[in-house]
This record gives sequence, C-alpha cells and structure tokens, in this order.
Amino acid sequence: MTPVLAATGIGKTYPGVRALHDVSVELRQHEVLGLIGQNGSGKSTLLKILSGMEQPTTGKIRLRGIDTVVRSPLAAASMGIGLVHQEQSLIPNLTVAENIFFDKPSPHRRFGIYNWKGLNREAARQLAKLECDIPPDIKVDALSFPDRQMVEFAKVLAIEELVDQPLVILFDEPTSLLSPSEVDDLFRQIRRLRTRASVVFVSHRMDEVLEISDRVHVMVNGENVAERTQDTTSHEELYHLMVGSRRSDDYYQESGRGPVEAIEPRLVVSGLTAPGRFRDVSLSVRPGEIVAVTGVAGSGAEPFCRAIFGAEDAVSGSVKVAGDELGSSAMPDAAIRAGIGYVPAERKLEGVIVGRTVLENIVLTFGPQMGRGGLVNRKKETAQALSWINRLKIKTPSPVEYVERLSGGNQQKVSLAKWLMSDRLQVLILDHPTRGLDPGAKADLFAVMRGLARQGLAIVFVSETLEETLGMADTVIVMRDGEVSARFEDLCLHKPRPEEIVEAMV
Amino acid sequence: MTLTQNAAIEASPHRNAGRPVRQARTASRRRLPLRELGPVATLAVLVLVFSLTSAQFLTAGNLKVVLESSAIPVVLVVGLSFILVQGSIDLSIEGVMAASSMLVSLLIANSVTGFDLGWWAILAGAGLGSAFGLVNGLVYTVLRLPSLIVTLATWFVGLGIATLLFPGRQPQILDERLTRLALDKSLGVSALVFLALAVAALGWVLQTYTQFGRMSYAIGRDEKATRQSGQHVRFHKILAFVLMGLISGVGGVMISAQLAVGNPAAGEGFLFPAVSAAVIGGTLLSGGTGGVLQSIIGVFILEVLRNGMIQLGVDPYLRHVAEGLTIIAALVVGNWSLRGRLRIVK
Repeated sequence: MTPVLAATGIGKTYPGVRALHDVSVELRQHEVLGLIGQNGSGKSTLLKILSGMEQPTTGKIRLRGIDTVVRSPLAAASMGIGLVHQEQSLIPNLTVAENIFFDKPSPHRRFGIYNWKGLNREAARQLAKLECDIPPDIKVDALSFPDRQMVEFAKVLAIEELVDQPLVILFDEPTSLLSPSEVDDLFRQIRRLRTRASVVFVSHRMDEVLEISDRVHVMVNGENVAERTQDTTSHEELYHLMVGSRRSDDYYQESGRGPVEAIEPRLVVSGLTAPGRFRDVSLSVRPGEIVAVTGVAGSGAEPFCRAIFGAEDAVSGSVKVAGDELGSSAMPDAAIRAGIGYVPAERKLEGVIVGRTVLENIVLTFGPQMGRGGLVNRKKETAQALSWINRLKIKTPSPVEYVERLSGGNQQKVSLAKWLMSDRLQVLILDHPTRGLDPGAKADLFAVMRGLARQGLAIVFVSETLEETLGMADTVIVMRDGEVSARFEDLCLHKPRPEEIVEAMV
Repeated sequence: MTLTQNAAIEASPHRNAGRPVRQARTASRRRLPLRELGPVATLAVLVLVFSLTSAQFLTAGNLKVVLESSAIPVVLVVGLSFILVQGSIDLSIEGVMAASSMLVSLLIANSVTGFDLGWWAILAGAGLGSAFGLVNGLVYTVLRLPSLIVTLATWFVGLGIATLLFPGRQPQILDERLTRLALDKSLGVSALVFLALAVAALGWVLQTYTQFGRMSYAIGRDEKATRQSGQHVRFHKILAFVLMGLISGVGGVMISAQLAVGNPAAGEGFLFPAVSAAVIGGTLLSGGTGGVLQSIIGVFILEVLRNGMIQLGVDPYLRHVAEGLTIIAALVVGNWSLRGRLRIVK
C-alpha cells in the first residue's frame, strides 16, 4: 500500500545553520507516527516543511503517491494536510466559528459578507464531530486552554470538507502546555482521528510518544537517526538515542538528597486562602529543603504558589520569611524585599524580557541595589552576572546576546540567575520550571536546583510531572480542589509510591 | 510515569464530574462581558448626575444640542474604530478635514471663486479625503513606516494644502443645499445628525458582517497568524485607511456645512477628542478590542460631560481639567479587568 505521505531526502538550510539533513519519513494509512528529539533537533522544521510553512532546500514530498510541492499552509489545507500548532494559532478576539473557518473558504462567507447563522451552524457541526459542545458564537478569549485545543482540532478537522481523501494531521508538541488529564483527553481525540486520518505526533516527552505512536522516529541534530516500532522499543532506548548518552541513573541527583536538618523553617505559610482557588493552605520550608506542591489542573497548586510571592491575591492567612510577617495579600515587591524569588511558568511573558540581552536580564531586579544613591555600579553588577552565567553554565554566545536567541533551558537559567543576584535571597519559588525544556536541559536544571538547595536555599516548586515531583522533592504537598489532601515528608527516607500521590490528587 | 498518572485520573469519577462545570463556566461568560458595560455605566452616571444638578440638562432642547455637537465626532470615530481595532492610528484627520473643507468651499458656489459644481464639489471633498487615506495606507503598508509617523506627516500635508488653497479672504458658501444640511431640521435635528446615524449603522454592519470588519479584529490581535492563514492583511489595512480618509473628507464637508465658510482651521480640535472617545469607549490603542458602537458611547460620554459642565456654568479652564480627569477615570473604571494580569517586570 502506498504511504499517504512520503518525504525523501529532505534538507533545509538557513543562512549559517543546517536545520535538516537528508531526512526521510513515511506516513502510512491510519497510523500515528511519533517524532521525538531534543529542542533544535529539527522536528519542528520538518513539520513546517510538511505543512507548507517552509520550503525544503533539497528533497521531495510525495502525497498519496503523487509528487507534490506544498507551497503554503493554505495549499496544504486544500490537499488535506493540517497542522495543530504548538502555540495555538487561534485569534482570541474572534469567535469560535470564525476561527474554525479562518483559513478556509466557506459557503457562509461569500464576497466578504458573513452569514453568521450558517457559519455558526457549520462550526457546531465540526465541533460535534469531536463530541464537543462549545458554543460557536463565543469569543475564544472566554475559553479555557483545553477548550481552545478542541477548537484548534475542529479547525484542522474542518479541512475534511475540502478534500475527499483521508487527512494528514500534524501535531507540533501539542502537550507541552497541558496537564496530565488534558493530555489524556487529547490522546482520546487522536485515537478517534486515526480512523479517518494519518497522524504525525511531535513531542519531546518520551512517555507520550510511546503511548500514542505506532512507530517512532528519533531525530538528532537535523538528522533522522533511528526508526522504532512502538512494541520493540523502550523509554530507555529512546532516551539513549535522543540524548546520545545513556540516561544517568541519577537523573534527579537524588544522591544529593539527604534528610533536611531539623532547624527553624525559613518560609512559613499559614492558612493562606483565596476564595474559589485555594483554602487554608499551610506549609513550611526549611533551609535546604525542596518542597513540591502538586495537584491536577484546578487543584489550586499554582495559584497558591503564586500567592506566596504576591503575584496573586490571597484574602487571609500569613506568609513569614525568617520570622518576618509579609501579610496575606502582599505585593511582589514586599516579597522581593523579604528575599523571595519567583520563576514564573510563562517564561516569555513574565520570566525574561525579550529584546534585552542576557546581561541586562540578569541584572534587572537586583543590579541597581549594588549601586549607591540611585546610581548603577555597572562594574560590580556585570562581574556578578558573569559569575552566575558561569556557575549556572548558561550557554550563550556572549553575555550581550538577546535573551530570546537562547534555548528554553538557558532562558530558564537566566530567569533563575536574576534572582540569584540578590544577596538576601532566602526562598525560591519555581512554577513549572521544566515546562517546554528537553530532557538534557531538564537534567541540567535539576542539578542547579539541587545545588542551590544544598547551599541552604528554601525551594518551593510546582512540577510538570509526578516523576519530577518524586525525584526532586524532600517534601510533597498534594492539593485537591483548593485544599491540601496529603503531605509526604522526608522522601529520601521513604519515597511514596506514585499511586499514593495520584490517589490524593483525584 | 505520566502514563500511570493518566490512567489513574481517567478512572476517577472526579474528572468526569469536572466537565460540565467547565462548560457551564464558558457558557456564563458569553457575548457581553461586564467590562464592555463599563462605558455605558459611565455614560448613565453622567446623565444621572447632570439631570439632578441642572434643570436645563434633561430638556429636549439641550439633548438636541448634544446630538448636533456629536454628529461630526460620531462620524469620525466610526472610521477611526477600524484603524484602532487594527492596531494602527490615523493622526491626519484634522489635516484631511481642513483640505477637504477648503476644496469643497472653493468648488461649490461661493463668494471668492467662480465655480459652482454643486453636489460634485461635495464628492470632490470626499474624494480628496479618500485619496489622502489611500496615500496613508500605501506608505504605511508598502514602505512599512509606522502609521503614527506616516499620518503625522500627512496631517501637516493636509493643513499645508488647505492653507495653499486659501485664497486670502474667506470664501462664504453660497450654495444653500450644503448649508441647509446643518440648518434645516426634521424631527428637531439637522440632516447631519441623520447622516451620522447612517454612518454609524453602516460602520456597525461593516464591522459585524464583512470580511473587512472581522479581519480588522484579527489583524489587531495577531497580525502574523492572520497573514499565515492566507488573509490579505495589507489590503485590509489600506482599506481601513481609505475608509478613514473618506470619513475625514465627509467630516470636512460636514464642518463646512456647519460653518458656511471655507476655513483652513476647520478640522482643529477634532483629533484628540475622537481618539480619546474611542479609547474611553473601549476601542483601545493596542488593537483588537472595542468597535464602532463602543467608540460612539465614548463620544457621548465626552459630549455629555462638556455639555453638562456648560449647563452648570463651570469655568472653561476648569472644564478642561475635569474632562482630562474623566478620561482617566473612565479608562480606569472601564478597563479595570485588563489590569488584572500579573506584571512583575513591566
């Protein structure tokens, strides 16, 4: 049987960079093909080429047995190739229906005039295919993230009306911003889709790729290094192929985890409450302790951590750092003065300032304090910033490189270095610190976290996966429906089973 | 590990219980977010306050005055709304109004030149405005200069043309068909008010039912994604500027009808009230929000405020202070919810 889509010898060169070299991929009828690789391994570039967003420098694409040039995303759609974007492509101030038909012709939009009734009816029909009852006439703004993902699907699935053949649907890291239960929803949809489509699924999370794919391609440095079928490979093998080295047994540096000294806690949060999000949550963190706060989406774990820093309002309760009261609804500046650092989940939005250099980002918050009388001591702050670049091993061509040119992991380290510049940093709060990072960068970040804890920092973090939670934390606090449902202490002595934690989560 | 986690969550009844809740929440946040009612509430409060403090305010006569003085600003903000929704700005309004007003007053029967083109003169004024808009749009999109700079330049080009056209003594408009637009009343208001109403309705239809209107919102929110979806971003941007130019031209004609003379300063004082009205109404400069109706509410907020203070006999200078403060207050109240986002670094 001819493959639905066959790309052979695909190469892509940008000025000075070889993004892809001689990559060949074959997608068969009704299969899910997994594509994994670290960031920068070329998997996104390959998807862009398959979906018409970029043109390959060499190589050719055969679609359903016919040589094809995919000139643009629009052309791709008319051939039945749809891309579900990593960062969603929806326009939030338009309605659901408009978004679904944004990039395709519709009989309900002739000569630039909209027939809303028809458009909404048609959109509802597309959504119904996914068993989804989002009203088509509300703005995407008002939808939750998973709902938006459904709209994104409906948008891609609506291509069906344009072609007779089965679709090719490309997923570009669709799970990176989803919680586990949402990932599960997504997989259910992908399994439904495969009855009428072939799917390419790109991710750097091996578990997910293994779970959903029939075959897996591993990409390294723009080349296709291996092809495996789902039943003949394993987590370890894929990691090895992807990273090039065997995954160390001590990924989370657990050897560095010992019992935390029973001394006075550094951070004491008691009875913090924000109606509708979390109620009466308390925790204490000693110097050198890593506390993980975990829970399913909506459990209140994230807003709670943000509230400690003052990034979100709490109505009652108290936050004490080294004995000093911060108040329940303190503003971030009070928290900063007390020595709390916060590395947010939305790196690009809150963590680093794009368009500014690495150096400028690092000295942003605490650089001025090294000066005197409102003047900046450039020499001193630069020296310190450089030392953090070295100590955290931030990979940057130069300290004055724009921060957005760095990889996600290194951006995250810049965001960390900013807080480490403070001479009175006592507590560090990390909100999904590994979000969007590849395994190598994650391992790096875990090492940094462990090192900081050993130096006596108190760390609170919300983790991406349960595995991370169990690997990194000394203490785990599980939240459910805004309340603490379980606490596990001294993980170095007796590590709870994952099931115990999941039980407390749901 | 995530595998077992997923499996466990799948089996739990909690997750299934969560779904309808999510649906209910989205359903409760339907078409009219409370935020968009802020400006309407502000207007209602102003009307209430002035009705209670001034016996004159809530009389038919005074409300007609408010309507008359709102006619030109309403027409202008209809065009401006599309520009702002797209995330651009047009500063050339006053210049274009001046040039168009001069051209109309010289081509129509007047006291200086010998022309008597009648309705064609009005068409010429609107045409000149559209031409200005086309130039704005082309320079903005083809040469890729910021609209702020482009239209700042054409503002002065417009004023310059108006001054060049000025024949040395003020042309009185003698063609009564034009001046009667402002003088003859039916249902108590002039034709200009009906014109403004028609323009507003047209603008609303344009915004709601056409590709141009919908794409304006898309462009204002995410231009890149809009372009990648195969939409003609440049075309829609040029269209918005041509529309704005046309409307500024019409504004020039309307002010000529009101003044009954050609005056190079005809457009003076229209730009900033129009922009502030749009913003107060919720058509923010950042693009993608608000719209024609919101901007018009903004116009009425400013007009009612001015009128009310005149009724109360507030000192003219103090009036300016109060207007400025109201703009700030309206923005704070109307856009309170937008501040909610955490900004640590900004």
